[in-house]
Amino acid sequence: MLEVSSLGCLRGERRLFAGVSFSLRPGGLIWIQGGNGSGKTTLLRTLCGLTHAMAGEVRWSGTPIQLLGEEYRRELTYIGHANGLKEDLSAQENLLVAAHLVGQPVSRAEVAGALQGSGLAGREHLAVKFLSQGQRRRVTLARLRLMPPRTLWLLDEPFNALDTHAVAGMRKIMENHLSQGGMIALTTHQDVAIQAADVQTLRLDA
Amino acid sequence: MKLNWFKYASPVTFYPLAGKLIPWFALAAAILTVAGLYISFFVAPTDFQQGESYRIIFIHVPAAWMSMFIYIVMAGWAAAGLIFNTRLSSMMASALAPTGALFTFIALWTGALWGKPTWGAWWVWDARLTSELILLFLYMGFLALHAAIDDPRRADRASAVLALVGVVNVPIIYFSVKWWNTLHQGASVSMTMAPKMAATMLLGMLIMALACWMYSIAAALMRLRCIILEREQQAEWVANLAKEPT
Amino acid sequence: MSKLCGWMPEDAGEMMQTLRYVVFRDVLLAMRRRADVATTLFFFVIVASLFPLGVGPEPKLLRAMAPGILWVAALLASMLSLGRLFAEDYADGSLEQLVLVPEPLALVVIGKVVAHWLVSGLPLVLISPVIALQFDLPRDAIVTLLLALLLGTPLLSLIGAIGAALTVGVRGGGVLISLLVLPLYVPVLIFGAGAVDASAMGMDASGHLSILGALLLLGMVLAPWATAAALRISLE
Repeated sequence: MLEVSSLGCLRGERRLFAGVSFSLRPGGLIWIQGGNGSGKTTLLRTLCGLTHAMAGEVRWSGTPIQLLGEEYRRELTYIGHANGLKEDLSAQENLLVAAHLVGQPVSRAEVAGALQGSGLAGREHLAVKFLSQGQRRRVTLARLRLMPPRTLWLLDEPFNALDTHAVAGMRKIMENHLSQGGMIALTTHQDVAIQAADVQTLRLDA
Repeated sequence: MKLNWFKYASPVTFYPLAGKLIPWFALAAAILTVAGLYISFFVAPTDFQQGESYRIIFIHVPAAWMSMFIYIVMAGWAAAGLIFNTRLSSMMASALAPTGALFTFIALWTGALWGKPTWGAWWVWDARLTSELILLFLYMGFLALHAAIDDPRRADRASAVLALVGVVNVPIIYFSVKWWNTLHQGASVSMTMAPKMAATMLLGMLIMALACWMYSIAAALMRLRCIILEREQQAEWVANLAKEPT
Repeated sequence: MSKLCGWMPEDAGEMMQTLRYVVFRDVLLAMRRRADVATTLFFFVIVASLFPLGVGPEPKLLRAMAPGILWVAALLASMLSLGRLFAEDYADGSLEQLVLVPEPLALVVIGKVVAHWLVSGLPLVLISPVIALQFDLPRDAIVTLLLALLLGTPLLSLIGAIGAALTVGVRGGGVLISLLVLPLYVPVLIFGAGAVDASAMGMDASGHLSILGALLLLGMVLAPWATAAALRISLE
């Protein structure tokens, strides 16, 4: 379970948000909403432990995430605004390396399957620099098809640059993850109806 | 009543305290400088080997001491800021850096002034001078890194890491330079004092060193007050301060 | 890519696996961009070749200056490639993913430093005897140069990584790195060039090499932690 209590963050000397509290139970989804510059990305990065909060804390199963360190990082998958893909590697190499780095050995067949599911069949061996923005996003999101054991997904604008077909595919994967007891925190400008037992909304610029 | 030391760890309470302390340290610095310079130039005897030109050491040696000492103190404050996440310590580190760099520069400059009549050249690759030069580079790196990062907190933390890396390296650099110097030049005329230094010379140097201390504290506190105001410009107490008649 | 799976022993510990994959990833990327590797190498060769043009072709003078010239060129070449160490990963977002790897960040840093050395340090060590011949260094001195560079260039990568991590995402980072890192390179330069110097004068260089080795050990212990701390700060 992810618990966030009276979290506050600064950018420079300016206050981005303060007093953000929520908790996310297995199967729960939280939408983080707000205009540009309201701190959505900063909040997600704080949940990852990349950014330190100026006030409040983030706890995972009751323990602050700073104390958990690697143990917490083993539980989460973060998809940032940037795709985190190496342009000179192919889609398949990118996914293989990414999965092995986080200690999740996957076979090439599994990677090929995930890419196929993301609608990238036939482009597995193409260097990422030759892919379109939407295709790159699909490669990045294919990580979610590969790494089911990780319980907490933190997704920053996952539907950016995706077409409606791909959005529908992603929605299904996220619903599947939630129904298996996973947790998702996401920011998005698009209106995507995701079915989940427990859906919360958090407005940052309120 | 228990004294709360941490009370002064907050910029809000430290700002007025620093304001009260500065005049005293500045006054002490002025008096000690006058006394020290008087002893150095009029009381201390002429050196039988180096003549009058040796008198530059009364400025050179305290400046060199301060340059190294301030670097260590600065790294200490930076480390405290990094570990305990106290903003005032990081501000203290960045307030000290320019003073440290200034003393390093003075030490180099007076070293050159001393070198011309003694060695016949403005610059000699003497171990101490060379280490001092590298120390100046380290100060410049600290200041440049701090200035290059826009977010003040990140700047504090990043330059703190650099200061700590520098502090680990300073002794290594010093010994390697010293070793390099003895290998390549043999024993040169060094700026170490003769063992039987006249008592007045020692007194003059100590008073000058104290004057440098007082000056450093006063200058660092003044800079610290500026930094506090700059960082806290959005805070309420700064706005109230601006309204108050001084 | 078939190499990728055959290359990994099955029973490798998770930490070793992460370490190896970081190295593998960076070396693979460098192989996709061989031109960058060649640039560093040619920079080293060109800088070393410029000195005779500057100071004249007098063989005695050049022989005396050779250790210093080669080491300064190595320092500059190693520094030149530092900008790429974290900057590209930062720009495309993969640095965040590397920081989120569920292993100590210092381990990831070690992997990246090893890869950096393999790609920019080792080629330099291998080509140095050829440059040394240009300066007419005796054979013993060339052997010492090889050993000294072998010990010194990893140290340059380790120290340089701290500077690279501190300047990630900072404007003008490339120039700033040199200001931060070059003063810290001084001991490596002194003992590296000193070893070659001693050997060229027919003296024993083992003392210098031992000190270089000791510095390398110290660097291996401390630099990855400092780099990891710097990376976390830069990513905030």
